[in-house]
Amino acid sequence: MNLFQHIGRFTLMISLAFRKPEKWKVLRQNIVIEINTIGISSLSIVALLSLFMGAVMVIQTASNIDSVLIPAYTVGFATRQSIILEFSSTMICLILAGKVGSNIASEIGTMKLTEQIDALEVMGVNSINHLVLPKILASLFIFPFIVLISMGLGLIGGGLIGTQAGIITLEKYIMGLQYYFVPFSITYSLIKTLFFAFFIATIPSYFGYYVNPSGGALEVGRSGTKSVVASSMVILLINLIITYFLLL
Amino acid sequence: MSIIVNDIKKGFSGTEILKGISFEFEKGKTNLIIGQSGSGKSVLTKCIVGLYEVDEGEVIYGGENFSGMSKSERKHIRTQIGMLFQGSALFDSYSVEENVMFPLTMFSDMSKEEMLDRVNFCLKRVELENKNHLYPSEISGGMQKRVAIARAIALNPQYLFCDEPNSGLDPKTSIVIDNLIYDLTKEYDITTVVITHDMNSVMEIGENIMYIHEGENWWTGDKQSIVTTDNKEIGDFVYASSFMKQLRGKLS
Repeated sequence: MNLFQHIGRFTLMISLAFRKPEKWKVLRQNIVIEINTIGISSLSIVALLSLFMGAVMVIQTASNIDSVLIPAYTVGFATRQSIILEFSSTMICLILAGKVGSNIASEIGTMKLTEQIDALEVMGVNSINHLVLPKILASLFIFPFIVLISMGLGLIGGGLIGTQAGIITLEKYIMGLQYYFVPFSITYSLIKTLFFAFFIATIPSYFGYYVNPSGGALEVGRSGTKSVVASSMVILLINLIITYFLLL
Repeated sequence: MSIIVNDIKKGFSGTEILKGISFEFEKGKTNLIIGQSGSGKSVLTKCIVGLYEVDEGEVIYGGENFSGMSKSERKHIRTQIGMLFQGSALFDSYSVEENVMFPLTMFSDMSKEEMLDRVNFCLKRVELENKNHLYPSEISGGMQKRVAIARAIALNPQYLFCDEPNSGLDPKTSIVIDNLIYDLTKEYDITTVVITHDMNSVMEIGENIMYIHEGENWWTGDKQSIVTTDNKEIGDFVYASSFMKQLRGKLS
């Protein structure tokens, strides 16, 4: 299959996902389950990454500022800008594309392999709507919160290492964080996150759903890898497009 | 209500798998589709239940042309179909109770208590009482098949499909499953279609048998006539095992 055939089939899958669900109650229950699987279970890794990311950012910025003409609070300013504009949205979503994406692709792929999807279809359940829609809605709901948490923890991590290692005082760091703050930065980051969330949920679902069942476990593994590569590429592309239109 | 297939043709990538199969699956009987591996049994079944669209021909459920219907029109027939898959196809993340309850949750307006009653009734019918809270990974293959049967009958189906119900089971458990399928067919007077290549199943429950050979309806009959037919392909299939060969020798 070429790229255009994949895009066509992907679009068809999305149109099937956004159909009226069989039972709204079941959809609500599935969304809650997916919020837990996709979002809550990723919080620990996101927290750890964000703390370390902020800390490294402060050290790197400080080590590159070697002039008395540049004020000390620049460390806080640069850390804030990097974390809010890029790291907490794009980097965290790239990592989640790996963690969540491979999980989704292997889950749906295994369901295909073990005829669970056929069982749904025979019963008269729209399997794409039943399996994919809760993942999309859960991702769209929880990812902005994850990114906001990551922003907060990144800035805290930077502050901790900055003050504990004697790189910058807490007052100067906070002053840097507040310096020329544009609230739209957060809006821009959250807009990006919504797009990333959509593709992190749908691309692995696509590769899992259309896995070749005769390929067995090997094919499910491949679908996981393909989905991570494809969703990472789409995230980078979407990042470029949104940044171009919103920040230029 | 019976299921009639009329001159069904189905191919993949230019290779014709089903070459015009016609047959009537009778109500209240265990209808068997048998044949060698690769003969087209599974493709035929998937065409009948609508997982594959037929290239030509029609599938008629109780007088309604299923193959000519749209997806939404098919829904009311689909809710009358129960299916037991080869690998059971139970939902891994659901417990036994949740698996059996799933079709009720999706397609009935029952209260939670009513659904639980129905689930317990179905589990009792397949002799799996008190296994409600176990997960598919915690029960044996035979139990999984029985849970799948309980799920298939939860909505009181008119049609029951069983794809290789004995695959991976020991002979004793196979007979239990066969008898369960046979008893349910008689008890609820439903149209049951069993896909198998297990001669023990054929001799146990084969009331209306179709033998498929290279995508064609090669032979039809019942469990008595299958052992006496002089059709070469049927003979090769029935007497493939050394046990059956010895039996034929003794009988003759």
